[in-house]
Amino acid sequence: MAAAVGAAAPPGALWGLVQDFVMGQQEAPASQVAADVKSGSYTILQVVEALGSSLENPEPRTRARGIQLLSQVLLQCYSLLLEKEVVHLILFYENRLKDHHLVIPSVLQGLRALSMCGSLPPGLAVSVLKAIFQEVHVQSLLQVDRHTVYSIITNFMRSREEGPFVEELFEVTSCYFPIDFTPPPNDPYGVQREDLILSLRAVLASTPRFAEFLLPLLIEKVDSEILSAKLDSLQTLNACCAVYGQKELKDFLPSLWASIRREVFQTASERVEAEGLAALHSLTACLSRSVLRADAEDLLDSFLSNILQDCRHHLCEPDMKLVWPSAKLLQAAAGASARACDHITSNVLPLLLEQFHKHSQSSQRRTILEMLLGFLKLQQKWSYEDKDEGPLSGFKDQLCSVIFMALADPSTQLQLVGIRTLTVLGSQPDLLSSGDLELAVGHLHRLSFLEEDSQSCRVAALEASGALATLYPEAFSNHLLPRLAKELRRGDSDVTREGGPTKCSRHLYCLQALSAVSTHPSIVKETLPLLLQHLGQANKEYMTTASSEVIAICQSLQQIAEKCQQNPESCWYFHQTAVPYLLALAVQASMPEKEPSFLGKVLLEDEVLTTLASVIGTATTHLSPELAAQSVTHIVPLFLDGNTSFLPENSFPSRFQPFQDCSSGQRRLVALLMAFVCSLPRNVEIPQLNQLMQELLKISCQHSCSFSSTAAAKCFAGLLNKLPAGQQLDEFLQLAMDTVEAGLGSGAFCNQAFTLLLWVTKALVLRYHPLSSCLTTRLMGLLSDPELGPAAADGFSLLMSDCTDVLTRAGHADVRIMFRQRFFTDNVPALVQGFHAAPQGVKPNYLKGLSHVLNRLPKPVLLPELPTLLSLLLEALSCPDSVVQLSTLNCLQPLLLEAPQVMSLHVDTLVTKFLNLSSSPSMAVRIAALQCMHALTRLPTPVLLPYKPQVIRALAKPLDDKKRLVRKEAVSARGEWFLLGSPGS
Amino acid sequence: MVPRGSGGGGGGVGGGLLENANPLIYERSGERPVTAGEEDEQVPDSIDAQSPFLHLTHLIRSINDPEHPLTLEELNVVEQVRVQVSDPESTVAVAFTPTIPHCSMATLIGLSIKVKLLRSLPQRFKMDVHITPGTHASEHAVNKQLADKERVAAALENTHLLEVVNQCLSARS
Repeated sequence: MAAAVGAAAPPGALWGLVQDFVMGQQEAPASQVAADVKSGSYTILQVVEALGSSLENPEPRTRARGIQLLSQVLLQCYSLLLEKEVVHLILFYENRLKDHHLVIPSVLQGLRALSMCGSLPPGLAVSVLKAIFQEVHVQSLLQVDRHTVYSIITNFMRSREEGPFVEELFEVTSCYFPIDFTPPPNDPYGVQREDLILSLRAVLASTPRFAEFLLPLLIEKVDSEILSAKLDSLQTLNACCAVYGQKELKDFLPSLWASIRREVFQTASERVEAEGLAALHSLTACLSRSVLRADAEDLLDSFLSNILQDCRHHLCEPDMKLVWPSAKLLQAAAGASARACDHITSNVLPLLLEQFHKHSQSSQRRTILEMLLGFLKLQQKWSYEDKDEGPLSGFKDQLCSVIFMALADPSTQLQLVGIRTLTVLGSQPDLLSSGDLELAVGHLHRLSFLEEDSQSCRVAALEASGALATLYPEAFSNHLLPRLAKELRRGDSDVTREGGPTKCSRHLYCLQALSAVSTHPSIVKETLPLLLQHLGQANKEYMTTASSEVIAICQSLQQIAEKCQQNPESCWYFHQTAVPYLLALAVQASMPEKEPSFLGKVLLEDEVLTTLASVIGTATTHLSPELAAQSVTHIVPLFLDGNTSFLPENSFPSRFQPFQDCSSGQRRLVALLMAFVCSLPRNVEIPQLNQLMQELLKISCQHSCSFSSTAAAKCFAGLLNKLPAGQQLDEFLQLAMDTVEAGLGSGAFCNQAFTLLLWVTKALVLRYHPLSSCLTTRLMGLLSDPELGPAAADGFSLLMSDCTDVLTRAGHADVRIMFRQRFFTDNVPALVQGFHAAPQGVKPNYLKGLSHVLNRLPKPVLLPELPTLLSLLLEALSCPDSVVQLSTLNCLQPLLLEAPQVMSLHVDTLVTKFLNLSSSPSMAVRIAALQCMHALTRLPTPVLLPYKPQVIRALAKPLDDKKRLVRKEAVSARGEWFLLGSPGS
Repeated sequence: MVPRGSGGGGGGVGGGLLENANPLIYERSGERPVTAGEEDEQVPDSIDAQSPFLHLTHLIRSINDPEHPLTLEELNVVEQVRVQVSDPESTVAVAFTPTIPHCSMATLIGLSIKVKLLRSLPQRFKMDVHITPGTHASEHAVNKQLADKERVAAALENTHLLEVVNQCLSARS
């Protein structure tokens, strides 16, 4: 600092300020002095000089006050200090550390200021820390002063000079371990126990230099009786392993292992076990990772040998008592590195294989195989560069023979583990030979046809086939598909004529097996034609094909379509092969015939067409826009112009004109058109769109068959949703509204017009179209319509829910994520108002509409809004409609839990209504009412106690309900009411 | 998974405050799965003890042991096979097995089971709670107390006893 600066404030003024602060006990002068130093009125040196006499005063309080002034000034001005001044001040302060304990807090403040100086000469940090640890017993300081010391350390740590003070630093931090802290009530800082634990752990695990002090402490705490200390220690050990190496761990490994082993073997706490295993995993990973000097011993091998030594004999004990803890320990270590895995697996596998043969009971074999499976799974974590060197190759034959024994065992449990093990072993590259695979496929085939009671096994076998077929398509193509094809052909001739239940289910299982195994493009190329041909075969033969049979085939196709979605090549193959074929079958079926084949009729059934539509939709959503555009140029002309040239079989007895046809059969196929065009990517241009939209509107409101008209309305809405804003969209909308209004006015087709309104509204609500509010208002107006009111109320459910066929995100529809919230905000006030204004007879419609909206809203959004709706909800409890009751109860239940204070104002109403509803004829209402009775117990006990005897008496009745699910809720509600205000609760 | 210690053998008597500090622990059975019939409003479900996860055991298996942070099911004090229910005759019989033959908590455990049943079953049921024959030193004395309605009622008037029983019946936190 320049001593030559012209002194604006005379030293006399400084002296006066100092006196006012030190003797006058005023606080303000400190900041005045600091400001003057900053402005250059006088130097720090002059401040020290002015303090002179107070610093030598015999009264410690006065000395403390003097130092305090200097420290406060320094805290504000440390950045102005020159290196020379810092050196002097530090020497001064270090010396002051020897002073009376009253002075120490101010001295530490000064050192804290100095520790923040940028220009700290080397060595000074060490010197300050040395002085502090030598002169002051940090642990017995007040909390605020301890904090100052930690700040000083933290500041110095930035310059990494903790070196000589590791032990002291460790002592002053580790004295808090393990953290035992309960936040005081009304703590303004909101510090949680977990925050402290994590912060302290970060410090303790920050440096390997603490290892020699920390590890004994951790071992001691793991060995203690306190659960939280065990957990904290194990987690801290885990964190330490991230920075430690062999050097730090070496001396403590035997003790650490002994402690972890004991915890895992003996504890009753799952958390301690989990943390113990995690710590062992990290220890092993740490040892595996350490870089060794050439002459150093590799501790990993000896550590793992120790673990094996202590665990392996448990694996062989006949009573199998400690089998699982041992296996878990071994697997935790083996999961840490490829080397560890290799070491442990090569020791354990022969042992377990031998044990498998020694035990003859299925349950014991299952335990052993499950352990084997655990070790095999670990292998998947490491890929071996050198294929011959994989540690499993030596055991491959033995493993296969054990797995095949398991698969052939009568025990379902053992079979299940066998299937899982086979899947894991199969995922090891180049391990299984073609002979092994043939055997494996044979087993999977047999298991895929297991009877009803082995359902779980059959499902597992199907999954395994799917997983393995991606890796070994040839094996499945050669050994499984011919058998399935034969089975299917046998079904063609047998099932329907003389099919007992066994044959029927075999046929169904065969269809499921075909779809399950279609996980590889080359397999799809075999299975898809097989299934399509099977479907077509049913068409040709006159037989009593049940719709369930056709649906089963379609479901199988659907599953294959789903599996193909991720692979563009398979996706296009499926689309190109299946869609024209299915359309051809449907068109054929819709032809007027003198002698219609039974399948012809079956294919046109609502349920079958819906399933077919679903297959077509699934086969379309994942197409690339280019390929989809190619397909749309065939399919739209098929429906609009009857152009059948692209269908595989296209000689039909008459024209296909679904939009002109006067027989309803052809019109029903609009459902298939809907599935296709509503699944197209948004940027695919649809040919003849204008004509298509008009035709769709026409049949949506002019025919009495609700299946076709609904399909047309949905198709129209689905296309509308994807159209870009603009004139075309506006025109279509106007057209739609005209059609709706005409239909609503006509009487004959007013239900169809309502359906169209509903779907168009949904299409617009989803994309936040500005006109959606108009349409919603129209819909709300219908709530008071005597004819359409109930349908309008249910319509709100459709508006708020996710569709599966059209207007889906998967089908590229424009669905904004917050549409439900927005709908709620925009429309609920009007619904409430409408409810109050409506005549008594139609009020339930409003309540039902509201219930649907509230029920579909995410709970976190709903909760803050509910109190304003509370009076309405309470009224809704008296509504005779069980849908309204159920939805209201579902709204009130979380409210009881989250806002008990508000709800306790209505306790009388709530108790009465809930008890009434607990004897409703609807089981779902009874259950919900009892759940609300249970939730009521969250209200403040004094509010509830007057009702306790009445409630306990009333709840005795549902204890004898005829439905178990109701009784269950009654038991838990009544149990809680008994505990209210009772000792020990 | 094989639960720790399910291999058999008796639990050793440990030192310290607990009579049986290191008991064998048994697997907890899961929630009873809901069947299609149970979701059908029309089909009545009888109060039973037959199917794999029975209704009644579900009621009492979650009672906490007064000594351990474990449920009676985990300690195998209550087992499915020792619960007999007849819905048409409105009777329930529960036999429970103390972890050790000199367990001083036997009466309290029996009382907790009895209270749980009283609170959870329709009034028409007649309840019999007793110790599995041959598993406790003072089997008959305990059974006699549990069968005595007046004694049970009096026990529940006792604030301290009621407190312990309520703790046993409180849902696991």
